[in-house]
Amino acid sequence: MTEEIIIAGFGGQGVLSMGKILAYSAIMQNQEVSWFPSYGPEMRGGTANVTVILSDDRISSPVLRVYDTAIILNQQSMDKFESAVKPGGLLLYDSNGITRKPERKDIRVWKVDAAEEATNMGNKRIFNMIVLGAFLKIKPIVQMENVRKGLEKSIPARYHDLFDMNQAAIRRGEEIVYQEQDYSK
Amino acid sequence: MNELKLMKGNEAIAEGAIRAGADAYFGYPITPQSEVMEYLMAERPEKRTGMVVLQAESEVASINMVYGAAGTGKRVMTSSSSPGISLMQEGISYIAGAELPCLIVNVVRGGPGLGTIQPSQADYFQATKGGGHGDYRLIVLAPASVQEMFDFVFLAFDLAFKYRNPAMILSDGLIGQMMEKVELKPQRPRLTEFDQSWVTTGKTPDRERNIITSLDLDPARQEKHNIHLQEKYDRMRKEEVRYEEFMTEDADYLLVAYGSSSRISQKAMQLGREQGYKIGLLRPITLFPFPVEILEELAGRVRGILCVEQSSGQMIEDVRLAVHDQIPVKHFGRMGGMTPSPEEVLETMIDQLIK
Repeated sequence: MTEEIIIAGFGGQGVLSMGKILAYSAIMQNQEVSWFPSYGPEMRGGTANVTVILSDDRISSPVLRVYDTAIILNQQSMDKFESAVKPGGLLLYDSNGITRKPERKDIRVWKVDAAEEATNMGNKRIFNMIVLGAFLKIKPIVQMENVRKGLEKSIPARYHDLFDMNQAAIRRGEEIVYQEQDYSK
Repeated sequence: MNELKLMKGNEAIAEGAIRAGADAYFGYPITPQSEVMEYLMAERPEKRTGMVVLQAESEVASINMVYGAAGTGKRVMTSSSSPGISLMQEGISYIAGAELPCLIVNVVRGGPGLGTIQPSQADYFQATKGGGHGDYRLIVLAPASVQEMFDFVFLAFDLAFKYRNPAMILSDGLIGQMMEKVELKPQRPRLTEFDQSWVTTGKTPDRERNIITSLDLDPARQEKHNIHLQEKYDRMRKEEVRYEEFMTEDADYLLVAYGSSSRISQKAMQLGREQGYKIGLLRPITLFPFPVEILEELAGRVRGILCVEQSSGQMIEDVRLAVHDQIPVKHFGRMGGMTPSPEEVLETMIDQLIK
């Protein structure tokens, strides 16, 4: 199994930390991982993205042109990465701030209204965990048990009281995500 | 099983330094390697092992602190990125001339000048052909993973002490900024036994004075010193060459790439194999000494070589020297901080060599 993922959105949405939690979860189940972020002016300009690869085998390139999954959290990222999903691949997006919906017909499109749900749940910072839950519902590539361990490893100890809330957010993401389009074969 | 951690390449260098038993780190911040010192400061190595970590006032000061501390026989290091490494060149030349062991880490960014902060491999010439003035060489290791960022700190210190010569880890912003799984080796003692006969820690009555200098105004003695240095570099060429081969047994075409480019090239090789092209990959691990012999051998077996570098083509000169025009050697690279994609590498291989 190899899963090549791009997660892209605004800086501050938790894009990088979501990737890190995913990567740590995979380590907990003995997989190989790589995590490569955008850094520098690109981030300071407001957009952030990270390439996360999980695999049973040694990972070759940590940077890619096409992906199995694109998790898209703003319009700039939609414009940049919709075309980078492999045919038959997955595009998961949050509709908040999206002005142009995905147009490709040869990919699977799922939607999660995570920003809205985070507001409903009373904590905007769990936004990225709702998205993570949505992704893991569609592709359960890491076990929930290992996600919990991944959270423990990647969240600083002073935030450990937020575990329950993070896990609730992951479960909520699993519940509210829905498929907009299957790919036409 | 040793401890597993998800780390950035720069953090792995820092943790590697502590665990390899480094005595001191002197540095000055610069993107994309600032996490090295940030991590060291946060870890309080003075509590963990007694290691000194100091932010100097400049890169010039850092390398001269390394020079001074190395003279006492301590395991000392610095790290920087391209423009900062340029500033250190005078000091590096002095250290090489004075035959002192130390580790210099260059997490390369795009140049020339202040350039950009994105990944690049355009400092190959500087690292492998001298960099500063005079006839000297560094031992140059090129890690291609976060694990190797950690492991090569141990290796670089060992080689630096074995040859009493500065060693360099030549990385780049891609390996420095990415996170991967790292298996952490246990803590190594800070003070280990090695030949202390040359150190300047105070003369004892039972021996002559030790002198550490790169200056000798007598040309005949200076020439003798240079011959001695060259013999040392020749010994490295014989004993320290390291490389990794991927699917070269049946390869018709060969990719040659180091560091982050070798990872990208490995993917290009896999994509090519899926399309039925027999592509192999040679990844030099030591850039000095350069793996000449294996290249000579592979050149007799493959029909063409593509060198992939994030530069205008620097390592390709060493590849061409090794291959002696037996087969075509082409270059593919991106510059100024742009990173090539595996697809681009494969497309170039097909266009330039296979078709």
